[in-house]
Amino acid sequence: MFDKIWSRHSVATRSDGQVLVYVDHLLIHDGYAPAFDVLRERGLRVRHPERSTAVPDHYIPTTSRDLGSIADPEKRAMVMSMKRDVEEHGIQLFPLGDPRQGIVHVVGPEQGITQPGIVLVCADSHTSTHGALGALAFGVGMTEAAQILACQAIWQRRPKSMRIWIDGQRGPGVTAKDIILAVIGRIGASGAIGHVIEYAGPAIAALSVEGRLTVCNMSIEAGARAGLVAPDDTTFAYLKDRPFAPSGAAWDAAVAQWRALPSDPGAAFDREVRIDISGLAPMVTWGTSPQDVAPVDGVVPDPDTMTDPAQRERARGALGYMGLVPGMAMGEISIDRVFIGSCTNSRIEDLRGAAVVVAGRKVHPKVEAWVVPGSTQVKLQAEAEGLDRTFKDAGFAWHEAGCSLCLGTNGDLVPPGQRCASTSNRNFVGRQGPGARTHLMSPMSAAAAAIEGRLADVRTMMERR
Amino acid sequence: MDRFTVLEAPALALPAANIDTDQIIPGRFLQKPRDGSLGRYLFHDLRQRPDFPLNRPPGRDARIVVAGPNFACGSSRENAVWALYDHGFRAALAPSFGDIFFGNALKNGFLPIAMPPALNARLLGQLAGRPELAIRIDLPAQTVTLPDGVIHGFAIDSFAKDCLINGLDELDYTLSRMPEIAAFERQRPAS
Ligand code: SF4
Repeated sequence: MFDKIWSRHSVATRSDGQVLVYVDHLLIHDGYAPAFDVLRERGLRVRHPERSTAVPDHYIPTTSRDLGSIADPEKRAMVMSMKRDVEEHGIQLFPLGDPRQGIVHVVGPEQGITQPGIVLVCADSHTSTHGALGALAFGVGMTEAAQILACQAIWQRRPKSMRIWIDGQRGPGVTAKDIILAVIGRIGASGAIGHVIEYAGPAIAALSVEGRLTVCNMSIEAGARAGLVAPDDTTFAYLKDRPFAPSGAAWDAAVAQWRALPSDPGAAFDREVRIDISGLAPMVTWGTSPQDVAPVDGVVPDPDTMTDPAQRERARGALGYMGLVPGMAMGEISIDRVFIGSCTNSRIEDLRGAAVVVAGRKVHPKVEAWVVPGSTQVKLQAEAEGLDRTFKDAGFAWHEAGCSLCLGTNGDLVPPGQRCASTSNRNFVGRQGPGARTHLMSPMSAAAAAIEGRLADVRTMMERR
Repeated sequence: MDRFTVLEAPALALPAANIDTDQIIPGRFLQKPRDGSLGRYLFHDLRQRPDFPLNRPPGRDARIVVAGPNFACGSSRENAVWALYDHGFRAALAPSFGDIFFGNALKNGFLPIAMPPALNARLLGQLAGRPELAIRIDLPAQTVTLPDGVIHGFAIDSFAKDCLINGLDELDYTLSRMPEIAAFERQRPAS
């Protein structure tokens, strides 16, 4: 599948073997000021304004839709300059207050902009998300984004291919997030460097598009250039009637084309990994790399038992930062904050899953818990279903759409030393604020943690219903 | 962008694996203007520790980073390269790099060199005892000379090498190939 998309988008090859890849669509967020500055400095225009879509997400407040409420003038300037830049070049914008606004990686699929077989790029590493619909989607830097704006193409070294085949059936309380955390735990944070991962097998086929988006989103946490899932009937049903998806006769023609995309049986990959998720427990991270995972009913690992000295050193440092001791039950780790959100886990299915756990219960008194929907669409849908009431009644704060606590560029931060159960994608040192301690997990597990005030096994909470 | 030919300088040794771009420059500084002064946010949170080697010579004057595997993984933020560059760094030596950082670096006059793990460990060992020792990188010859005199030949794309040596910019080169892009667009089936 990767080969087909790659060869259809190859414009030229350079002396060093890099290929000029045509970009069908560029997604733009509110951090693009440096890219537009490059165009301005050189007097360049955007080649195809209709092949870009812009939406603010990183720097915007999630407690209001008022730009004036951004206290930091530099952050406010990021959002304002985006508006000015895209308007100047005639690029469509889903501004703050527009029902289509949201996190760029939630909006693309939701609006039907992300489609099978296209090359989609954004100056953001989690662009890998869009591969869930069978698009070749990867993150780039700002210099490269400027080049795409000007030329609609970009030089890339052909990546290697890797297939991750996932067997088995998920148990109750086990989600796409648990699958991808288990995968990263297995292959490591650098396990897929230089590769495009194609996820396949019965456990992937059984996932909804939302679940596949979660899996592909975290491909970058294993070092991969991109993640891909072959389009199938689940994909087509998801895309049908979305605003930017083809319609009428064009729809039928598109589906016929998309059906021809999946890898041929017997296609060769540079690397293959097989994982069986039968009996997989909900997974939670204990350290400062997404590969530091343990089952929620397990214990904090002991660095002394690690054979690789570099790993041992790193694990010791991670446990020191996280304030954990080896051998401690994961379920004893108490938490201060809960964040349900980010481009990994803020879609409607994620909120529904968390709401099932939360319904009729109360957030633990010492916990501050937030739900930040991934897009205004998701927020409106959740409100139509009454999920906002479920969360608010339990004591969650119900926010407007944006990146928020995932990265804290908008000023939402976890205070030093506090521990956050988070559905985002990175538990790096200081990611959610200086000294903040992040445990990555699924929305259901984060909901369970909010109620219990500590990491908790959502499976036993569900049984108690 | 400066030209890169031969660099002989002391190094900042950061032996840990998976040093991510959030460590190199935390997310809350990404809105800072790109005016050549991003060096002050380099390793901002790590630097709060007084014993962090960037806080004193020779680390403070180092121009080469020597790191563990998967250096600069994570976020695509090009600010990570800009912060390193603005602080005076021009090259990094590690067993492996985050893919996006690697590409970003080469586009900004910064040379990332992948070293065999054993050699990297050897280099870190030498620097642990004598952090002031200099490393020599000869880009035209494609060699790294360790403080103990061991010479490592490294591979680099001829195109990237050319850009670095001449201080050239990829965007200009791509613009020169616009006719091919236009031709591609014309022959492409409408979709
Ligand atoms: S939600 Fe987090 S990971 Fe996703 S785009 Fe926003 S900041 Fe990046």
